[in-house]
Amino acid sequence: MDQLSYLVNWIAKDIFGVPAYLVGLMTLIALIASRKGAGDVVGGALKATLGFIILGIGAGAVIGALTPLGALITGSFGVAGVVPTNEAITAIVNDIPDVAQNIAFAMFIGVVASLVIARLTPLRYVFLTGHHMLFMATVLTVVLYNAHVEPVVQILVAAFGLATMMVIMPAFTMPWMKKVTGNQPVAMGHFGSFGYIAAGVTGQIVGRGSKSTEEMQFPQGLRFLRDPMVGTAVAMIVIYLLLATIFTLRVGEAAALQSVTDAGFAGVAGAAGGFLGFLSTMFNQALIFGGGVAVILLGVRTILGEIVPAFAGIAERVIPGAVPALDCPIAFPYAPNAVLVGFLASVVGGLVGFGVLWAGLGAALVVPLILPGMIPHFFTGGTAGVFGNATGGRRGAVAGGFVNGLIITLFAAFLIPVMGAIGFQGTTFGDADFQWFGFIVGNIARIEGNVAALGIVALCAALLVFASWFQKRFVDTDWVPGGKPADTPPAGIEPVAHGAI
Amino acid sequence: MKILAVCGMGLGTSLILRMNAEKALKQLGIEADVEVSDMGSARALAATADLILTSDELAEQLGPVKPKVVTISNFIDLNEMVTKLKAAIG
Repeated sequence: MDQLSYLVNWIAKDIFGVPAYLVGLMTLIALIASRKGAGDVVGGALKATLGFIILGIGAGAVIGALTPLGALITGSFGVAGVVPTNEAITAIVNDIPDVAQNIAFAMFIGVVASLVIARLTPLRYVFLTGHHMLFMATVLTVVLYNAHVEPVVQILVAAFGLATMMVIMPAFTMPWMKKVTGNQPVAMGHFGSFGYIAAGVTGQIVGRGSKSTEEMQFPQGLRFLRDPMVGTAVAMIVIYLLLATIFTLRVGEAAALQSVTDAGFAGVAGAAGGFLGFLSTMFNQALIFGGGVAVILLGVRTILGEIVPAFAGIAERVIPGAVPALDCPIAFPYAPNAVLVGFLASVVGGLVGFGVLWAGLGAALVVPLILPGMIPHFFTGGTAGVFGNATGGRRGAVAGGFVNGLIITLFAAFLIPVMGAIGFQGTTFGDADFQWFGFIVGNIARIEGNVAALGIVALCAALLVFASWFQKRFVDTDWVPGGKPADTPPAGIEPVAHGAI
Repeated sequence: MKILAVCGMGLGTSLILRMNAEKALKQLGIEADVEVSDMGSARALAATADLILTSDELAEQLGPVKPKVVTISNFIDLNEMVTKLKAAIG
């Protein structure tokens, strides 16, 4: 008997208790279910496991670089602040074994459940953006964990929440997607959707008579920022160096160096010492942050490269003719200039949001400062620009991007408290849907006992009913904001037949 | 042969391109490995690839690379993928 319990304990703790193996096992099941050959199954599962290990290595680098950043923000503004980066916060959370296990289960069950819901309701969308499934599973599990919900309930409720979001958000964005794409059977499968709808609505309000962004010339010089690795590095360099300078000017060199050292960062003044040594060390940390995010992305890419095709293969058989919901850059080719306009406007919105939070701190609003995270601003801001342009031309693209930037900044500030100690790591989730849904679920979860779980389940059920009604009333009747678009896509983009995927 | 599917982050669009390319290759009866990549690492990985799949705008940003670059305008259109792959390698 002793040997049996030893064995069970070993399996539970050293195999299922290691998140990387759990992710590998889930991938294994998904690959088997999609009827792959033995070699592909074993290779794929091992690759996903390695992807998770890579994720942890990147997390280590980013956590290291966030230590001085936290001290810099606090020192410069007198209050704590964060730079939202989904990849960074997800990697950090998945470094905590207790939570990571639950996330892996929640993601797996949630993804399967979304297929069931898509099969049974009018919401026939297959959400194929794998990293956003992981991020949504992470944010929901964390807010439930933080509210001390039992692990099994955590998993089931987070899974249901994830499944719900995977089918309702593509439905809600669909009328605007039709406007953008010219009635193509492609849905938006990205959890920045609240910001895109807001951008579409704003564009319609402000953009009457404004010409399309695509009729203007955009400087080629700004295009290098479209490479996320470069964009993130540039932004982090500016943030680190600017904050180091403000901090030094505020309290003096010695005090600034001392407080960064006190935050647990050694060798803050470099080899040469003094202010220049400080700047060069912070420059280096900014690059480590950028490089760390790139490593995390490699990890996520390695995991998803195995899971998403397996999922898509299963979906194809279970829900034939469903509409694929794809990552936000699917909208970019329809208005490439609007992407850059929306991105820049979103960063401006983010800076204004930062100002609002900073000014609001004196009043009753006790929330952390949010600095612009470049990855969320680029992808969600760019998409918001495309949506804004579709309903309101240039003015719409600018206003849409700006509103998106404001939303993701202010919402991030409200998400952080419900994530508790885990949430406050110098980074958080940067896209609107993680924020609003995480905030609501997190607050319901604070109610004691299983009432909270029931509340969240009821919320998801209500959202599903509402989305089904929305689908029938607006999407199936081909309602499109601001009047019907041309029935053909813009020049250069071939129309697709239904169920082409 | 090795095909590289490239998008901004190497997470979403490139994966869709890869899945569609694999389907198209099967139809065409061509044996090939399709890998995904982000913009940042694409130039380095291009050295070992035989063909690159990406969007028009990203192809412009990618600049001149050794392998042939095939641009796809509709990421989920299997017909376009088949036609373009056939023209490029078939």
